[in-house]
Amino acid sequence: MDEQMEAVLRAEQVSVSYSGSTAVKNVYLNIPRNRVVAFIGPSGCGKSTILRCFNRMNDLVAGAKMDGRITFNDVDIYDSSVDPVDLRRQVVMVFQKPNPFPKSIYENIAFGARINGYQGDMDELVERSLQQAAIWDEVKDKLKDSGLALSGGQQQRLCIARAIAIQPEVILMDEPCSALDPISTLRVEELIKKLIENYTIVIVTHNMQQASRVSDYTAFFNAKATETGGKMGYLVEYDRTENIFHNPQQQATQEYVSGRFG
Amino acid sequence: MSVLPVNDTSLWKPTRLLNRRVELAVKLIFGLFALVSVATTIGIIATLIFETFEFFREVSMVSFLTDSKWTPLFSSAQFGIFVLVSATVMLSGIAISVALPLGLLSAICLSEYASPKLRSILKPLLEVLAGIPSVVFGYFALLLVTPFLQSITPGLEGFNALSAGVVLGVSITPLVASLSEDAISAVPQSLRDGAYALGATKRETIISVVLPAALSGIVSSVILAVSRAIGETMIVTLAAGQHPRLGLNPFVPVMAMTAFIVQASLGDTPAGSLAYKTIYAVGMSLFVLTLILNIFSFWFVRRFREKYE
Repeated sequence: MDEQMEAVLRAEQVSVSYSGSTAVKNVYLNIPRNRVVAFIGPSGCGKSTILRCFNRMNDLVAGAKMDGRITFNDVDIYDSSVDPVDLRRQVVMVFQKPNPFPKSIYENIAFGARINGYQGDMDELVERSLQQAAIWDEVKDKLKDSGLALSGGQQQRLCIARAIAIQPEVILMDEPCSALDPISTLRVEELIKKLIENYTIVIVTHNMQQASRVSDYTAFFNAKATETGGKMGYLVEYDRTENIFHNPQQQATQEYVSGRFG
Repeated sequence: MSVLPVNDTSLWKPTRLLNRRVELAVKLIFGLFALVSVATTIGIIATLIFETFEFFREVSMVSFLTDSKWTPLFSSAQFGIFVLVSATVMLSGIAISVALPLGLLSAICLSEYASPKLRSILKPLLEVLAGIPSVVFGYFALLLVTPFLQSITPGLEGFNALSAGVVLGVSITPLVASLSEDAISAVPQSLRDGAYALGATKRETIISVVLPAALSGIVSSVILAVSRAIGETMIVTLAAGQHPRLGLNPFVPVMAMTAFIVQASLGDTPAGSLAYKTIYAVGMSLFVLTLILNIFSFWFVRRFREKYE
């Protein structure tokens, strides 16, 4: 890990439990600015859980509890002075399943800007966000149509456009391509590479090729069985993506990236 | 382990013929029961249409729609149906303006704000409200709500549309609340997460995302509740009075369509007389009103329902 890299998000000794049973334990992680970080690992290893800690989405899950410390631009985001609503404006999230609002394409974009008190030209913001998300040409003539009328891949790019529109610093993506066909996946990946000029992206993926294609850094999580029969995730290795895939330091990483399990 | 013999036909004696007959018998029995309910509906509608047709052989459609008085039992009979319709519309209007906010807000509270524990207490309570017999609501309106309203509203008569409408609204609130809650709960969590992940507060999420997504379900619950209010009988008969009067004054006694049917059915109305046919004509009008509402609701739901994968 390059120590001189400026970290936007920093997780220190983070553990998360749901209703008392630990889901992921003792994670240390720095997310460098303007880079793509991929979280890979088998199901149940806690990668989505950690992702959801970065913008406090886990607050919305009954029974979820986090220990440890996460900072965003060196501010502890779990401090009582931090408003999670304000945090989520700067650390937005794109989900596994495209979830456009049942509104027009235009309103899907304008919604986030409006609730966050955007004072500028809304038409311009909508156009620019859709352009950045590489979907403008496909939807510019039907901005009044429902966002639900788009194809799955278009819906996901609309959701990314919606996230960009509120001008966040970090975009968290929770398996954004797992519901998409290969062509749409490719377009989203190209988009991620383009967005990195302005944003920091953390992406959870089950697809190792995707991780190696889009990310600069990769964190490999694994899970071990607990005495109670559940699974507990932990961070195995975190390094530059080429090191994780070609020169991993841990046996488990080596086995996972070569397809021996997972 | 020995291999099972192949094609040893002596071991297999399927009862194919009996099976086919049993299948046929079962099909017939189920069909018959289905037919009973369909035939009942058709029978009721046919009777309504037939008697209404008979009614219009004696009373012209024009006077039915334009007379300004409803006096079918008088010697100088007049048949202005809008006298009764105006009362029914006013009562339902008052009822829904009570039931919509009450029901919708309870639905939002139940599905979005209440903890599972609170919800497990509130929901059965709401369902108990739905189980109260309407005659109890009627007496409640007449003996409790009307005196209370009279103490704050000068000039309110003993029988009035206001009190009946308000109590009617309370009686249909559980329907609005329960169906709206179903609609709100059916909105996928992923939509809420999507809004929260953009920095929306809970209120913004509910108003801008959840309610629009549940709109078709909410509207159909309201229409169903209005249909119920239009057909509701005991409350309006007991508390709104028996005085056919054209207009929308909620402070005086009025006669709803259902209240007329009660009044005419209770009296000695010989079969085949004009008064007898009038009951059917009013019944038919009620049926048409609710049918229009139901068709509208059906159309609205199909037009505005959002499909989520």
